[in-house]
Amino acid sequence: MKEPQEIKKSPNTSELIKDMKESFRTSFLTDWYSTLTGFLSGSKSFYVMLAIGMVVIYAGAMGAFDAIRIGYRHAYGATREVTWGILISTYVFFVVTSTGLCIVSSIGHVFGVKDFMPIAKRAVFLSIVTIMAGFTIIAFEIENPFRMAIYNVLSPGLTSNIWWMGTLYGAYMFFMIVEFIFLHLENHKLATYAGLAGLISGIVAHSNLGAIFGMLHGREYWYGPYLPVYFIASALMSGCAAIIFFTWLGYKITSEKMDRPMIRSMEVVAKLCTLMIAIVLFMIIWKIITGFAGGPGKTEVLKAMLSGPYAINFWVFEMGLGLVIPFILFLTSRWSNLNTMFLATAMMMFGIFFMRYDLIVLGQIVPQFHELGVNEYKGLLHYLPSFHEILIVLMGIAMTMTTFVLGEKVFQGHKSEIH
Amino acid sequence: MKKLKIDLENLKNEGLASVSPMERREFLKIGLAITGVFAGGTLFSAVSNINRVFASPEEMAEKYPYKPHYSMVLRQSRCIDCERCVEACNKTNEVPDYGYRTRILERDVPDAIGMKREFIPVLCNHCNNPPCVRACPTKATTKDKKNGIVMMHYEKCIGCKSCVLACPYDARYFNEEKHAIDKCNFCIDTRLSKGMKLTACAEACPAGVRNFGDLSDANSDVYKLVHQLERPVWVLRPEVGANPNVFYMKG
Repeated sequence: MKEPQEIKKSPNTSELIKDMKESFRTSFLTDWYSTLTGFLSGSKSFYVMLAIGMVVIYAGAMGAFDAIRIGYRHAYGATREVTWGILISTYVFFVVTSTGLCIVSSIGHVFGVKDFMPIAKRAVFLSIVTIMAGFTIIAFEIENPFRMAIYNVLSPGLTSNIWWMGTLYGAYMFFMIVEFIFLHLENHKLATYAGLAGLISGIVAHSNLGAIFGMLHGREYWYGPYLPVYFIASALMSGCAAIIFFTWLGYKITSEKMDRPMIRSMEVVAKLCTLMIAIVLFMIIWKIITGFAGGPGKTEVLKAMLSGPYAINFWVFEMGLGLVIPFILFLTSRWSNLNTMFLATAMMMFGIFFMRYDLIVLGQIVPQFHELGVNEYKGLLHYLPSFHEILIVLMGIAMTMTTFVLGEKVFQGHKSEIH
Repeated sequence: MKKLKIDLENLKNEGLASVSPMERREFLKIGLAITGVFAGGTLFSAVSNINRVFASPEEMAEKYPYKPHYSMVLRQSRCIDCERCVEACNKTNEVPDYGYRTRILERDVPDAIGMKREFIPVLCNHCNNPPCVRACPTKATTKDKKNGIVMMHYEKCIGCKSCVLACPYDARYFNEEKHAIDKCNFCIDTRLSKGMKLTACAEACPAGVRNFGDLSDANSDVYKLVHQLERPVWVLRPEVGANPNVFYMKG
C-alpha cells in the first residue's frame, strides 16, 4: 500500500490539485498495478465464481435483447392492468439496498462514528454496484430509455416523481462514485463532503421513490405518506443486512480473518439491523391494522396478502425469512456469532426481495373498476413473471455478485485505515 | 353489491295504507339513487356540485375553465353493447387489437327487478386534476390549456408507464406502433381539428348514449343533460378527486 498523505493545514486550489495529482500518481496507479497482479493470482473458486457470474450475465443480456426484439408486451408478464412487475420490484430492491448501504457507510464516513468505519469502504463500493444493477434492470423496463435521456433535460416534468427519481439517483450515483474515488485517493475531507452530498441526495431520492407509489391517488393501497417514510426505514434495514452479508462473504473470498475493529463493527451493524427490523415490523403491522379499517381497495389486498394467493410470499418469505427469523437469530446469538449473523442476513436478502415484489404487485391487483362491480373486474388481477423478466432479474443479481467478487480482489478487501 | 345496513326486519311496520303507490315509487327511486345501488356504489354528489347556482358568468367560467370545455355525458341505461363506438374509435384512431381507448363494461345485477344487466362505457375522463399528467416525467402527456383535453405527445414518451398506473380509469395502454402510451383524445387530431363536431364514438352510437359537447356552452346538449336537478348525474371513482369531465346518467 501507499504512504499516507500529509494533511496540509489550509490548502488552496492549486495545491489541492497538485496534491491530488501526486496522490493519484503515487497511490492510485501503483494500487492498480498491485491489484492486477493480485487479481491474476486469485484462487480457483474465485475464477469459478467469476465464470458463473459471467455466464448468468450473458444469459440475462441475451434475454434482455430478445425481449427488445420481440417487444416487451410479448416478452414480459406485465399487462395493461398490472403494469409494473418483477423488473420494477427488483429495481426497487436494488436501490433500497444501495440507499441503505449509503446510509450505513455515512454513519462512519460522514458522521465519524468509529465503529462504523471498517465496513464503510465496502459499503460505498456496493452502493455503487447495486444502484448500477438497478439502473440496468430498469433500462429494460422503460420502453424508450434514450428518449428519457433527451426529454428529462429538454422537457422536465417537475411534478413527476419519476423525473425526480432519474435526476436525484443520477446525482446520488455521481456523488457516491466521487466519494469512492476520494476514499481511494486518501483524501478524506473531500470524501466526507462527497459522502454527505451522496447521503442527502440518496435520502431525498429514496423517499421520492416511495412517493412514486405514495402519490398515486388512484391506488388506494399505496396512496399516502406511508411509503416514503417506510422506504427510508426499510432501506437502512436492507443496508445493514447487505453489508453484513457481503462483508462475511468478502472475508471468505479472500480467506482472511477479521480483525477486532471489524468484528466490533459487524456486531454494531447487526444491532442496528435488529432495531431496524423491529421498526419495519412495527410499520407493517400498523399498515395492516389501519388497512382493515378501509375500503375494498385496501382490504382486498390485505386478504390476498394474509390468506390469499400471496400468503406464502408474505408469511414465509417476507415475515419468516425477511424479518422474524433473522430477528430471533440476532437476539439469540447476542450479535456475537458471525456465521449466525451471515445466515440471518442471507435470509433477509432473500426475504426482502419478496417484500419488494409483493409491495409492487399487490398495489396493482385490485382492478381500477373493482368497486363498480362490473363482470370484467369482479376478481383480483394476476401477474406472474415471465421467463424473460426472470432472466433480466438474474442478470442484475449476477452483475452485483460478480462486481462484488471482483471488487474484493481489485480493492483488496476494501481495507481502510482508521482515520 | 353493497347491502343496505339498516336492520329492516326489526323496524316497526307503520302500515302502507297511507302511502300511495306513486309516493312509494318515488321514495324507492331516491333511496336507490342515494345508496348508489344502481350506480354500483359510485353515485356521489356530482349533482349538488354541478347544480350550484352560479352568481355570475365569471363564476361559471371558473367552474368550466376551458373554452370549449369538452365533455361527454353517457346515458348509461341506453347502452345496448353493440360496440359500434369501440369499432369506430379503433378505426378512426388506428387502435391496435391488443389495446383500446374506450370499451364497454357489463354489470350483472341478479336481484334487480326487470333488466338484470347494464352496460357501462368507459374512456379517458379528461380530468380537471389529471393524475396521469402529474406523473409524467417528460410532459409527454399534458392537459390542453384551451380545451382541457388530456393530450399525448408521442415523441416525448419514455414508456415508463407511470401514467398508466396513475390513471384511475384504466384509460391508457402502451402502443407498440407509436412507441408511446396511447389514449383517448376526444378525436381532436382525427376529427375535431378537421371541423367535425363529434367524436367517432359519439357519432357511431345508434342509441344516443354518448353525448359529446362543450360544457361551458349553456346551449349544448351536455350542459343541459348535466344541469337538471331531477336526474342524478355521477362520475366514476369520485373519491380519487381527479374531477373528471365524463358524466354518467340514466334515462
